[in-house]
This record gives sequence, C-alpha cells and structure tokens, in this order.
Amino acid sequence: MSVNSDDIAEFEAEIPLDKLPLDAWHRARGGRMVAFAGYDMPIQYEGIMAEHAWTREHAGLFDVSHMGQLSFTGEAVDVALETMLPGDIIGLKSFRQRYSLLLDEDGGILDDLMVSRRPDDIYMVVNGATKFDDIGWIIEHLPDEITMNHMDEQALLALQGPEAGAALASLIPGTADLFFMQCGAFSWNGFDLWVSRSGYTGEDGFEISLPGEAAEAFADALCALDAVKPIGLGARDSLRLEAGLPLYGHDIDTQVRPIGADLGFAVSKRRKEQGGFFGHARVMKELAEGAPSRRVGLTIEGRLPAREGAKILAGGKPVGTVTSGGFAPTVGAPIAMGWVEAAHAAIGTVLEVEVRGKRLTATVAPMPFVPHRYHRQKI
Amino acid sequence: MSRYFTDEHEWIDVEGEIATVGITDYAQEQLGDIVFVELPAEGANFDKGDDAAVVESVKAASDVYAPISGEVIESNGALEDEPALVNSDPEEDGWFFKLRITDPSELEGLMNEKAYKAFVAGL
Repeated sequence: MSVNSDDIAEFEAEIPLDKLPLDAWHRARGGRMVAFAGYDMPIQYEGIMAEHAWTREHAGLFDVSHMGQLSFTGEAVDVALETMLPGDIIGLKSFRQRYSLLLDEDGGILDDLMVSRRPDDIYMVVNGATKFDDIGWIIEHLPDEITMNHMDEQALLALQGPEAGAALASLIPGTADLFFMQCGAFSWNGFDLWVSRSGYTGEDGFEISLPGEAAEAFADALCALDAVKPIGLGARDSLRLEAGLPLYGHDIDTQVRPIGADLGFAVSKRRKEQGGFFGHARVMKELAEGAPSRRVGLTIEGRLPAREGAKILAGGKPVGTVTSGGFAPTVGAPIAMGWVEAAHAAIGTVLEVEVRGKRLTATVAPMPFVPHRYHRQKI
Repeated sequence: MSRYFTDEHEWIDVEGEIATVGITDYAQEQLGDIVFVELPAEGANFDKGDDAAVVESVKAASDVYAPISGEVIESNGALEDEPALVNSDPEEDGWFFKLRITDPSELEGLMNEKAYKAFVAGL
C-alpha cells in the first residue's frame, strides 16, 4: 500500500522545517504532524471526519500560524497599497476587513489575502506557502515611504463553528460585538490580541492574532471549554472546499485572473473604473469579453472522489481540470472544484470527470456546497 | 490457516490455495477515514506487486498491491456500501479480495505477525 504522492503534494516538505509556537502543544494533544508550507503542522488529531463534523456543530480551534501577518505603515499607506490590490483600500473603514488579491502585471493571482484597517496600520494576512514571495513582490513595488513589517513573532489561531461566538465571548466578552468581517483589539491575560470575525470554513468564527508566547496558554484556555476541540489541516481543507472557498496554489494561481476565478467581487467598482493597479487592463478585458474558462463547483455522482488533476470532459472531449476534490463529510458525497471552458461552466451543466480510467458524471453546482453561516450585521 | 504480512501493510490469510487479502490496522490508522474502496473484478489475474485495489481516504487515494500472484475469485462487496469497515475492522470484516494462489513459493518471503509487529514498531 502506498499513498499517491500527487494527492498529497500540498504536504510536501520544504526543508528545513521551522517550528511554530504551538508545535509541542499539537504533539502533546496527539496531532499527527506533516510538513506543510515549510513547517510541521497537524494534519489531524482524532480523524478528519470527526473533526470536520465537530467544527460544523460546535467550535474547532485551528492553528494557522504558518500564514504571513504583515503590517503596513506610512503616509497614505492605503493609496500605496491600491497599486497592488484591486479592492477599495482607501474606502476601507477602521476595524473592517476585506478579502483581496495580490495581482501581477498580467492580472494573474499572486495570492489571495485579508486586509484590515487598524488604528495605527493596515494589517494583512497572506497564505503561508506564498508569504515570502509576496513579501518580495511587495517590497519591490511599495514606495520607499511605506514601511512593511513581517510580524513573524505573532501566532494566528482560528476558532470556527456555530459555538465559536459563545466560546470566545466566555474568555473575551467584547468579541461578541463583532459582526462578520469586523475586527478589533482586545486583551487577554495581559496579552494584546487582534481579533477578526472571519474564517475559512463557511461557519461563524474568528481569527485571532496574538504573541507567539501567549499561544499555548490561550489555546489551552479555549480547549478547556466543552465546545472547543483542536482541528487539523485535513478538516480545514474539507471544510473550505464545502464552503466553496478557493485554496491558493491549487484552485487559483498566477495562470488565472479574478473574473474567471469567480472572485470578481474582490475588484471594487471604483477600481474597475479608475484602474491604477497591476493587471487592470487584463481584468477589464475579461470583464468585457468574459473569461475563457471559469472556476466552478462540481457534484460527483457515486462515492468515488475525483481529486486534483482529474480531467473534466464534455461529450468525451477535455474541457477542464479538477483543482480540488474529495469526499465532503457534511454533504455526504464527493465534491470538487475545477476550471472548465466558459461554454461548459453554467450551473447544471452535466459533464464527466475521469478517475483512473473511469468516467464519472459530474454536474456544475452552485457554491458553497454547504450554506455559509456567517454572523452578518443586519442592515 | 496462516496469516502473513507484507511491508506494504497488507495481511494475507492462506487456507489451502485461497488467500484472503486486506490492509492492516496500522495501515487504516495511517490512512484515516476511508470513504471509498475500489476492488478488483472477479477473474482478474495479478502478478505479485500489481495494483489490485485503491483505497480512498478523505485526504488521499492509495494503491493496494497484490501481495502474491493469483486470480481474483471474490471481492468484499460489503465495502461498497460501508467503506468505513476498513477502519472499524480492518483485519477481519474489512477484507478486500480473495485470490487463488498461483505460486505458493511467493509466501516464503512474507512476515509472520510477530515479524510484522516488530517492523511496524521500527517505523
């Protein structure tokens, strides 16, 4: 028996591995560690299915300290960042967070990220596997008067699930006042925390930036609550796939652009009109002409999962490729995300995916596969 | 009946010329939650080391090799409806397929239970 290396490519080692603040904590709690994004990270504790279900029903604690946390300061820092991001950063209010994209000259996606305006800086969270490339790109293109600080002493935890709100509020009452995509400064046991109400599971929840030296005690305090269990990267992946959220390096990369990726919402109206960001011309061309292929969701008939790399066919001819796929625990069936030629991308289009020579019926499905349950502000 | 083990974490029960093949408890533990098992068709002929089955966990697909040469006489249909049997009872009800052994001498290089336990302990 051997595990196909293709299927676990994302867990490939980048030697040497650095230790994250919760390394020993994961091991002590039975986390099975794998190499991911240059670190040893827990892929699972008791099992992916159980951890996935726990997060959908209660609250799961994820260590995402491998992600890059960046702080930008300086005169007109928002104006400067708008040259690199297609979103409305100038219009981003204090204590608000937005999803955005780092684009290259050709509109290719260098990374997807979260950006927030804090009282003293603009704070950005970028993917772990891309953070050093991002930093290089940003330094090259940022005006000299803007300072970027890689906050590599900070840990980042995510608490996700329907009971996350009550769980976090029991430690830090003020967090109950946050709505989806709002953020704020809090303190816990004398440590400064930056908390946003957001995540990568489709559930209500939080992402909490805190000093590395506080991470163990804070994780212990959360996991002492009946509602909270630690959750590994395996369930993080199955949860985000069900939520229809792309994984950088798999579902999106420099070969694709925001419109085809179904991430056009990250390009704000004003920025479309005014431009002034890398890739603007190409993005406008895709808006006008339509993207040649598009990121779609697929439901797969039967029980056999179609995984990354599986060919997508229409009438026997290749029209695309699966970029993420697996068994969806909450859906109870295999699902996938992939790119297909625009002519075959409409919801309901019946296609086929090829798995080990077998052709499985796959239907283009709306995403998310499991409804989002964000704690949105009622307007 | 004798039980043999391979370093690819398969077990083989041999009764006369019939071998029943499955994956070990250690293997299912490593794979995690199993969601699909692709089994060989009756009548398929395998040489030792051929890809014989595929086991899909939530995270990855893994090949199961024919531990010895033979002809498939039966696959475990129960795994189609309940692939999680491989997790809950890997070394009994979670068996994969039965082979009619073509070359009994191939069994000679395999491990017994004690040797396999020592092998796993060293991993």
